[in-house]
Amino acid sequence: MSWITVNRNEPAIDPNAPPILSAALCEKIRSLFPRYDTKRAVLLPALHMVQDGLGHIPWQAMKEIADILEIHPSDVIDTISFYTHFWTHPKGMKVITACRSVSCETMGGVAVLLELKKQLGIGEHETTPDGRFSLVTEECLAGCDHAPCLLINEKLHRCVKVEDVGRILADDNNDRISQKRSDLFDAPAGDSKSKDVSGLESTSDVAEMKASE
Amino acid sequence: MAAFEPVLLRNRGVEQSTTLKVYESRGGYQGVRKALKQTPDEVVEEVKNANLRGRGGAGFPAGVKWSFLPKDRTRTLLCVNADESEPPTFCNRILMETDPHQLIEGTIIAGFATQSQTAYIYLRVEFHEQFHIVQKAVEEAYAAGYLGKKIFGSEYSLDIYVHRGAGAYVCGEETGLIESLEGKRGWPRIKPPFPAVEGLFGQPTVVNNVETLSCLPHILERGAEWFTSIGPDHSAGPKLFCVSGPVKNPGCYEGPMTISVRDLIERNDLGGGMRDGKKVKCVLPGGVSMGALSVDELDMKLDFADPRNYGLLGLGTAAAVVIDESVDMRMVLQNLARFYGTESCGQCTQCREGTSWMYKIATRIASGAGRISDLDLLLETARNMGMMPGYSICGLPDGATYPIETIIKKFRPELEASINAQAPGKAEALFTVLN
Repeated sequence: MSWITVNRNEPAIDPNAPPILSAALCEKIRSLFPRYDTKRAVLLPALHMVQDGLGHIPWQAMKEIADILEIHPSDVIDTISFYTHFWTHPKGMKVITACRSVSCETMGGVAVLLELKKQLGIGEHETTPDGRFSLVTEECLAGCDHAPCLLINEKLHRCVKVEDVGRILADDNNDRISQKRSDLFDAPAGDSKSKDVSGLESTSDVAEMKASE
Repeated sequence: MAAFEPVLLRNRGVEQSTTLKVYESRGGYQGVRKALKQTPDEVVEEVKNANLRGRGGAGFPAGVKWSFLPKDRTRTLLCVNADESEPPTFCNRILMETDPHQLIEGTIIAGFATQSQTAYIYLRVEFHEQFHIVQKAVEEAYAAGYLGKKIFGSEYSLDIYVHRGAGAYVCGEETGLIESLEGKRGWPRIKPPFPAVEGLFGQPTVVNNVETLSCLPHILERGAEWFTSIGPDHSAGPKLFCVSGPVKNPGCYEGPMTISVRDLIERNDLGGGMRDGKKVKCVLPGGVSMGALSVDELDMKLDFADPRNYGLLGLGTAAAVVIDESVDMRMVLQNLARFYGTESCGQCTQCREGTSWMYKIATRIASGAGRISDLDLLLETARNMGMMPGYSICGLPDGATYPIETIIKKFRPELEASINAQAPGKAEALFTVLN
């Protein structure tokens, strides 16, 4: 048995650091307020937006989200820690989610996961040293008709065989979906309250944040 | 039997079936037009007459659920449960990616019947493509004036928002979903109060499954009588069945609730038989939480009544996974125990501790260090965890109990044989590794 110690003497965030969330992103989070009765209900959408932009949700972003939603930062941590989708530390550019539901495992998912670990040289919840891939498992990706499945960022790879793993990993477009994208969480047309913020370009906003990282 | 004409899946395979244009050209948005000409109570009555039972797993009649809403309420909220996370279920995914407008039309009808002004589609986060499809369809419906203020020239207004989850099985439970929508941990609530009285943001709330709502346009368009004419009395209407595992044609099929598990696996228009001459050993016919069937029990009818006769919890999601003879049942046991151990939300002690202990015991058995008494220990843990309705906040421990119990009961000889055939000394070796 070994204990992992974390130094808690240093403050988790620097109170004088400049804000990590761009003004446009904060405005986008606020634009969702009319949809819900409470501001806290915007927490999951806000966390999705921040993670899509920054790759993960740093401590300072949690504090800033809490300020926007007028809740305690501990409430944000409380929610984040429940869900498997959110990362509180940097992840790889592409997150590979291997399905381990009963249908995927009995159809050869175990071997696919082993092959992934071998080729990437990492275990579950780890990231390759070059920062390209992180590997996680999920209980069911609801793709059981094409078992075994892999999800790479947004793209679902179906009927994956052990011999396909190398080809899938080498493909640069292995995380792209062909589906025409809807602007994430942009207000649908006809919602007048949110119209003034729909002029913000979500994609450039995200690119800007990525560049400043 | 005459070929069944698909109802919910009638637009599958049609070019650009996700667009409003194609949906309308194939007769879409007629049911809602009819509904909006009636009073909300008439719509509720029609759905009650159709005996539409919830497709999410519990099979509770949707019309009855709506009538629990207090009569003097000023506001109602509608949640669409698209957090499909029961392995190995994928019928909601198919519905959303082939026919999102059918879901939107059903949502408007349910919203009108319950007098909701706002509806939230709670979509699980792993559905990336489906999210864009549904979101695009919602935007299209807004642009056409089918959502928003004064829909189809009536006095009724409805806003639909797509809300994404973040990866938690328990958020498919209706109060867990409500908590998650409020931006909290997806912890199911103690009932009563039921969501119909005090749900999302403290308001009367209705939570319905995607497949349930997708049935509504057809009930309104063709009438309750047509709906009840499909399938047996207690299980009216078309139902989606999923089949996965080593069958020739795994996938999602629609039919009346008269087919058996054997039909689902072997019929040529359904599963098409086993692949590569494999033989069925075990089937989990209703999503994993409902329990397991042995090869002698494949004549079980997939309806709301028959599964009980085979010691199962219920019909569940009617998603069958077939396990063939080459698979070690110890591995299946471990896989299922792990699923509940990981996904228990941790509020109720007996579920949090019980599921993780079941996983530990199942892991010991699967790693070749099991004892015969471990099987009884698993049964005892399972019985102390679920099986006592009302002792836990949600149904997850009951769902965790059934597959473990049924597998041990129905496959005990095989499990005992595997344990007896273990190499000696494995238990001691494992003990050394763990410490």
